[in-house]
Amino acid sequence: MIRIEPRTAPGRWMTLGVPVLSAVIALALAAIPLALAGADITVAYGEMVKGVFGSVFAFSEMLTRATPLMFTGLAAALAFRAKLWNIGAEGQLYLGAMAAVAIGAGAVDIPGIFLVPLIVILGAAAGAAGMAVPALLKTRFGADEVVTTLLLNFIILIFVQMMLEGALKDPMSLGWPQSAPVLDQGMLPQLMPRMRVHSGLILALVLAGIAQFMLARSVWGFRLRAVGENAAAARHAGIGVNRSLFGVAILSGGLAGLAGVSEVAGLKGYLTADLSPGFGYTGIVVAMLAGLSPVGVVISALFIASVFVGADSMSRAIGVSSYLADLVVSMSLLCVLIGGFVARYRITRTKTAEGVA
Amino acid sequence: MTESKVLSLNALSKRFGSVVANDAVSLDLHRGEVLALLGENGAGKTTLMNMLFGHYMPDGGSIDVASPKGEMQPLTLGHPQAALSAGIGMVHQHFTLAENLSALNNITLGSEPLFALRRDRAGARAKVQGVMDRTGLVAPLDTPVGKLSVGERQRVEILKALYRDARILVLDEPTAVLTPQEADTLFENIGAMTGDGLAVIFISHKLREVLAFSHRIAVLRHGTKVGEIATSDADERVIARMMVGEDTPVTQRDAMTPGAPVLTLSGISVRNPSARDSLTDVNLTVQAHEILGIAGVSGNGQSALASVISGLRRPDSGSIQVDGDEILHPDPKTMIKAGVGRIPEDRHHDGIVGAMSVAENMIIERLDDPEVQTNGLLNRSAMAANADRLSQAYDVRGPGINARARLLSGGNIQKLILARVFEQGARLILANQPIRGLDMGAAAEVSRRLLEARAGGAGVLLISEDLDEILGLADRIMVIHDGQLTEVTSRNREDIGLKMAGEHT
Repeated sequence: MIRIEPRTAPGRWMTLGVPVLSAVIALALAAIPLALAGADITVAYGEMVKGVFGSVFAFSEMLTRATPLMFTGLAAALAFRAKLWNIGAEGQLYLGAMAAVAIGAGAVDIPGIFLVPLIVILGAAAGAAGMAVPALLKTRFGADEVVTTLLLNFIILIFVQMMLEGALKDPMSLGWPQSAPVLDQGMLPQLMPRMRVHSGLILALVLAGIAQFMLARSVWGFRLRAVGENAAAARHAGIGVNRSLFGVAILSGGLAGLAGVSEVAGLKGYLTADLSPGFGYTGIVVAMLAGLSPVGVVISALFIASVFVGADSMSRAIGVSSYLADLVVSMSLLCVLIGGFVARYRITRTKTAEGVA
Repeated sequence: MTESKVLSLNALSKRFGSVVANDAVSLDLHRGEVLALLGENGAGKTTLMNMLFGHYMPDGGSIDVASPKGEMQPLTLGHPQAALSAGIGMVHQHFTLAENLSALNNITLGSEPLFALRRDRAGARAKVQGVMDRTGLVAPLDTPVGKLSVGERQRVEILKALYRDARILVLDEPTAVLTPQEADTLFENIGAMTGDGLAVIFISHKLREVLAFSHRIAVLRHGTKVGEIATSDADERVIARMMVGEDTPVTQRDAMTPGAPVLTLSGISVRNPSARDSLTDVNLTVQAHEILGIAGVSGNGQSALASVISGLRRPDSGSIQVDGDEILHPDPKTMIKAGVGRIPEDRHHDGIVGAMSVAENMIIERLDDPEVQTNGLLNRSAMAANADRLSQAYDVRGPGINARARLLSGGNIQKLILARVFEQGARLILANQPIRGLDMGAAAEVSRRLLEARAGGAGVLLISEDLDEILGLADRIMVIHDGQLTEVTSRNREDIGLKMAGEHT
């Protein structure tokens, strides 16, 4: 008889090995749809690798793509640690982006040394405000944040579209629904000449490091972990559960807002309603793949960005659909979830007991 | 009477992961016999019975049951239906009754064919009546079960088993929810039923009732049967030694003069949708050097009382004073700061964060303490030193101070909580069911620490459903019934039991 039993304590190699193995398996499984699409598998994988590591430019593109995923991944990872299910990073990203163009596209004309921090801070504040609403509804009235944050995404996106047709519309855009561009001195500095990768990446890396340190070493992180792991015991021990939840909600929203700031003020220069191809949602996958560890988020954002950029490049080279990238990302998430189950349980074979009819 | 065997468990084994719950346990049961199955929590009693009833599949061993004609036949394992039709009935600690149906319907529920054209109600009623007449188990058949008392519900459960012609009845801690008087009645009924030929296994860890009502005692420890003894040859010390493998330390309680009040509740009321969790005009005072015991059957407002004193629930009216100061806005943090140490009833759920380390759990109530943190950063070497010291002093045994707290056993989790509470020099200690579910060694340690705190000048409020625990530790006793407190001056079990049942004497 085969039975499934819980493991008493998952080992260290499990927590590290399972995500890595899941990613590898997901990449390997991608061979099936590739073969079905009629592609030569070795060529396809070769093109994928070349698309990420083939040149300095390719690599910098991957880093550019990973930057917003690090922000949204951190947003999800921190909130999920406290069992606060912020599914609204997509909307908070747009709020941050809107704040960035609202202040950065000529509303104030001050030197970059003041304008850049102002944009960053206001963008984060806008994202935080976007998450404060569901957090307040949850802590005050017990409204399920999964529902409120998810639905707010659609409301915010429609609000963005309205603003792009109205107050934020660029009069020089020949009728296209897009905002005026952020002033040159308001743009986040580029990291390499003639490459698109920008200093938003540095900000994301620094924030991931700070988050990692604070989670493990600060009283704030202690409270957050306690609330997430056992809210009843945390409350009994005198930890302000709602206060902790509200605090992490603000941080999570702020990080998602920074994803929007970094896309607008680091990359695109202006806001359109298709700024994000779902970075907010992909951030959830990034966080899960990372086991909700901030440093892990950096690694998993790099992996997922590689898959996206590599698959794009492969699809251009051999003519299969770039939707394959979404498939690999989804499969890695599934593999991680299954892997998580395998890590917590083990499957054993036992001989059948005597006396069974 | 006891020559004819009706059940034999042959070398039953069951393990969960690396934990061996039962290791080759063999047990025989005879017609008309009451067998008490004793053991500490986690000794494997419930696992054994769950295998008998088909809820668990044994990893090894077999079960033989006598047919109505008396021949021993192997039982199909892992199928509750097979156990039922072999005449095995089980009454769980937590009842499985439909509250909106009448007692009679509950009794016949499940033993009628699903698609019968008409139900033989008169026949069913006559059969139940017959069982009631023979055994003396009486329950109002037409009242919805929701309106019955706990004792009556239990009788309905037993009647349900007997209605299905059970010849072997398993009772899992039947007296845990009963007042002493109700328990005595239950055992009288059991006496009548066994005279009828029924064989009974009852699981308990109350030595007194085991000695008074069983014919034979089997003791389990760590999943193995460590002994079997005829009740006539046993006394409390013998059984206790079998259960724990050593003599139980006797708690020594020195007389003390109570000091100033450390906790005063005046006119505290808590209204909750569930009447089981409400309080009405509760007044009590706990003084320094004193243990006040709150006795009562579970679900009479103990949780509400503990929540108020823990700061988890603000009372709807009334005032709380700790150490002479009125607490205006009670919440857990305020209560901790005011000097209230809390030992929660559900230690896994409220006492520890299982996924965090032992060291972290030891400081979770004092995160503001400069010894533990500097400018918002945890002082990890101080945390480790603190955890090492407390683990030593309170004998917390486990995989280490950096291991997750949930890896500790129940007794060690309780010692962790004790360490946390006593190290803060609490003025008042709220101990809610502090001993329940602990093995005797850990239980003795808890008692010792509570008495030590009392000697050190703290007041202790001990809430317990175990009257022996209250009588052993408390200087004064109050009884909680239906959300109200009454002081009892007598230390007579019967007097207290009557108050627990809500009788006004």
